Parts: sequence; C-alpha cells; structure tokens
Amino acid sequence: MRDVAERAGPLDDWEGGVNRVPYWVFSDEDVFRAEQEKLFRGSSWNYLCLEVEIPNPGDYVATHVGTTPVIVVRDFDGQIYSFENRCAHRGSLLALDDRGNARDFTCVYHAWRHSLQGDLVGVAFEEGMNGTGGMAEGFCKNNHGPRKLRVAELYGLVFGSFDEDIDDIEEYLGDEITGRVKRVLDGRDCVVLGRFTQILPNNWKLYVENTKDSYHASILHLFFTTFELNKLSMKGGILVSPDGGSHVSYSAIDREAEQSKAYQEEQLRSQSDYQLADMSLLENFKEFDDDITLQILSAFPNFVLQQIQNCIAVRQILPKGPDKTELKWTYIGFAGDTEAQQRIRLKLANLVGPAGYVSMEDGCIGGFVQRGIAGADDKEAVLEMGGTEFGNSGNRITEGSIRGFWNAYRERMQS
Amino acid sequence: MKDIDVTSDQLVAIGQLQNRYARCIDADRLEDWPDFFTDDGFYSVTSAENHRAGLPAGLIWLDGIGMIRDRVTALRDANIYERHAYRHILGQPYVDGRDEHGDTRVETSFFVVRITRDGQTDVFASGCYHDSLREVDGALKFARRVVVCDSSHIDTLLGLPL
Repeated sequence: MRDVAERAGPLDDWEGGVNRVPYWVFSDEDVFRAEQEKLFRGSSWNYLCLEVEIPNPGDYVATHVGTTPVIVVRDFDGQIYSFENRCAHRGSLLALDDRGNARDFTCVYHAWRHSLQGDLVGVAFEEGMNGTGGMAEGFCKNNHGPRKLRVAELYGLVFGSFDEDIDDIEEYLGDEITGRVKRVLDGRDCVVLGRFTQILPNNWKLYVENTKDSYHASILHLFFTTFELNKLSMKGGILVSPDGGSHVSYSAIDREAEQSKAYQEEQLRSQSDYQLADMSLLENFKEFDDDITLQILSAFPNFVLQQIQNCIAVRQILPKGPDKTELKWTYIGFAGDTEAQQRIRLKLANLVGPAGYVSMEDGCIGGFVQRGIAGADDKEAVLEMGGTEFGNSGNRITEGSIRGFWNAYRERMQS
Repeated sequence: MKDIDVTSDQLVAIGQLQNRYARCIDADRLEDWPDFFTDDGFYSVTSAENHRAGLPAGLIWLDGIGMIRDRVTALRDANIYERHAYRHILGQPYVDGRDEHGDTRVETSFFVVRITRDGQTDVFASGCYHDSLREVDGALKFARRVVVCDSSHIDTLLGLPL
C-alpha cells in the first residue's frame, strides 16, 4: 500500500517506466489536486472554445481549465481574451451563463466591474459617499483582477494557458499533429450542429487513455469493425508529439489490401454478421483530399478533435473529481455544407456522443476500470503492446500514444 | 389563447398511446418500439438548449423506420453497455394543434428514473416529448417524436430510448 506520509511528491511511488501505470493515479485525492496546479494551471494548452462561438465583440463562453472556471471573450479590438471567471473582490463567479454577450463583467455581489480583457475597472462606492466610507487608502485597482490566460488560436480552435512562457501551440503539438488539425479545419468556417455533455463515472485520465488507445477501438466497438470504419488491418498509424502528450491515430482506405482474415482468426466479437436495415446511417461524401477515413487527434492534456468519415466533433475532457469527469461534445459542420451533406453528418453523429453506437461503449468502459481497480492501489496497468517506449508507429496495434501521454504527464507532475 | 377543439375520445386515445409507448420501453419490449412510428417516422433526442438554439444534431437522430429498427438491433446485438431499465412517469398530453402535414401536435412532459444492474435508482432525465401524431389504418402513430431533455447532461450513456 502507499504510505502517504513518506511521499514528498504526488507521484513519488511511481517507480517503473511509462509501460506500467499504478492504479492509484486514477483515484488519489492528492494526485487530483496536484494535477490542477501542475498540469491544468501549469504548462499546458487547454481547449476553451471554437472561434465561431464568439464571432462578435462581447461574445463570451464560460468554461473551465481543469476545475478552474474561466471566461473566454472577444473584445472590441477583435482579439480574444481569457481570464478566470472570478471577481477580484470576494471570488464570486462573474459570468453566470455558459455563453452570451456582455459589455463588461460586473459582479452581481458588489458590482465590481471587469473589462472584456479581464482588468478590474470599477469598484462600486470606491470613494465612499459624502466623504465617508470607500476603499482603504492605497488600494489600486490595477493590482487586482482575475488571473489571465495566454490565448492561442489554431485553425478556428481557441486554447488558453496559465503559463505565459509556454511554447507556441504549433511547437507544443509538433508539426505533424498541427498539420493534422489543419487537415480537418483549415480554410473553413465551423458551424455548431449540437452540444452534449456526457458525465463519465471515472477519472479523466481513463478517458484520455481511451482516446489514445488505438488497440481497443476495433475490438470493443463492433460498429468500427463490422462496417469496416476502423480496423487494425487497414492502412494507418499513429503520430506522437515530441513530449508524447499529444497524438493522432488514423486509418485510411487501403485500395490494394485483401480482406484480412486476422479478425476471424482472433474470433473477435466485433467482427460480426450484424447488419443494419438502413445503411444510409453510414453514407459519406468525399470531404478530404486523402484516403483517411478516421482521424482521432488529442492535444495534451484534455482535448480531442475527431473525424470519423464526415462526422467531425471536438471533445473537451473536464475533471470534476477523482472519479467524475465531464466530457463535452460539440458536433460541427461547415459553412457551405449542402443540405444533403448536413444530413450525412447528422446521421453519422449516431455513432458518437453519449448515445453513440461507438461512443456509448467508451462511456461505460472507464467506469468498469474505475470500479475494477478499487482496492488495488498496489497493482498497476500493463501497457506493453507495441513495446515499452512511445513514438510514431506505422501500425495501431500499439499502446505507444498512451505511454506518450504518461511521459508528458510525469514530466509536468514531477517538475 | 384558445386551445384547439379536441374531443375527449381523442384525448383518451392520445393518452393511451403515450402510456403504451412508456410501458413498452419500461417492460423491455424494445422489439415492439419501432411499431409506434410511421414508416417515414422521425425520432430524435436532444436538449432544451440545443432545441431553443435551433441546433439540428441529436444524441439520437433516426430518420425512417429502418434506422429506428436498427437502434433496437444495435442495443440487442451489437453494443456493449451495462444492463439497465427505465421507469417513465408521464404528464398529461397537451394538444397543440395541427402541423403543416395535418398531423396532430402534442406535447407531453416526462420524467425517467434509471435502475441499474447494481440496484441503484437515479433520476436520469426529465423533459418534454414534442410529437406529431398521425392515424394509420385506424391506429395513432408517431410521425415525429422529438425528445427534448431539460438538461444536456447524460450520465454515463444513453442506451435505451426515452
């Protein structure tokens, strides 16, 4: 068992490499608290919103970086700013809606006013009344205000970081992964088709592992395998960012490949005779210049951009406690989609989200692990498919990108 | 505002349909669920926020009886999820007039608790059914059922239909 009293850092008991993950990282309260400080409020880029959600001056979205509430807003200078959703006075939330339009953020408690750039600009009765009362001598509004985030925009995605000195987002993701964001989003205006939140009964890192787990996708998900949407026998691979934290897994039509017998030989449930009465569910249209049918991209620590055929979505993974996570889905299309193209996206969206033929299974699998590892603080997960290191791979029968995540995670948590 | 004229017989028939639908799901007779819809029936589940904003995507978005039947076979034969059951509590149907196809528009509040394998009972969803009803061969069916959940949060997963 772990002896809490003897630990200096929250991960000190993690002695092995990234090919072994102690189960207590998914349930320990100290680890959870340290993650907030070292990862989410530390050196990481966190997804905030889509640019298209805040097109006009004053448009804002209230979201979270880890558990910290933040506002992301466009000012009249056209720039996007982000700062804590917390009054400089007594800490109350400033924005009470998830999205809206504001000229400033005035706290409802005592009407302290903050600009769209997050500066404290007004204190009610600052000078008192009739020469009495008012703020103490020497109080200076400039010295107070919610913490600000550095903001980066990447092909219509808005990210924020509490670390002013963090690498530019392109460098943070690396050229290959940045290129894969560009592949999906560049030169097009997103249109939001719908937003849903899935409450996951598990630690946030179990869901991150799941999105990076190219090994499980065609074994757990019958729809992927039976309908040839994503199989390990297809052409594809994984790309991993230099620090390991971000990744892309993709599969592509292999025009020359013969039907693989590998799945029959493994007798996998997911290779089945299951048939749909209405195959139009899986209809698609040519949207990209390449043969890539599926691309799952993650940006450390908690963002996913998904392309499954023409089903495009972003997912924001928000920790709510050691064993509770909010997974926020935003389904997107693009300005200029025809009505027929939008119908295809809406039908394909049946695969994803809380009710999705694929994603409902990822919704419960993290809970199965969370419940399974109770009482197993001295045990660890084995991550040795495809070796013990991380890096790019020409196949997806690997846990290389999960090991990469743990590398980036441990670097920051132990810094 | 004046309510449209609706006979008590019609109201009884609409109420019976709503109750039959809920009984079908709560009793795990999912194979009968598609029969509540017309052949060109539409079924979707969305949130009040998306519905207000006019966003078209659904948690579930099924256009036509084939897709509606596929939801059942997928739950039975394809998908992995933990066993669970619902109990629907329905409000009184409100008849809201006729739509452009001549179908009767009805709104009915619902409240659904979910009972999971381990015995836990949770409030799972509340909301309103926005329906268009059509008579086919003497039987009332859903030409359109849009399930508008009050919250956009879904705990773990939405397997069984609401």
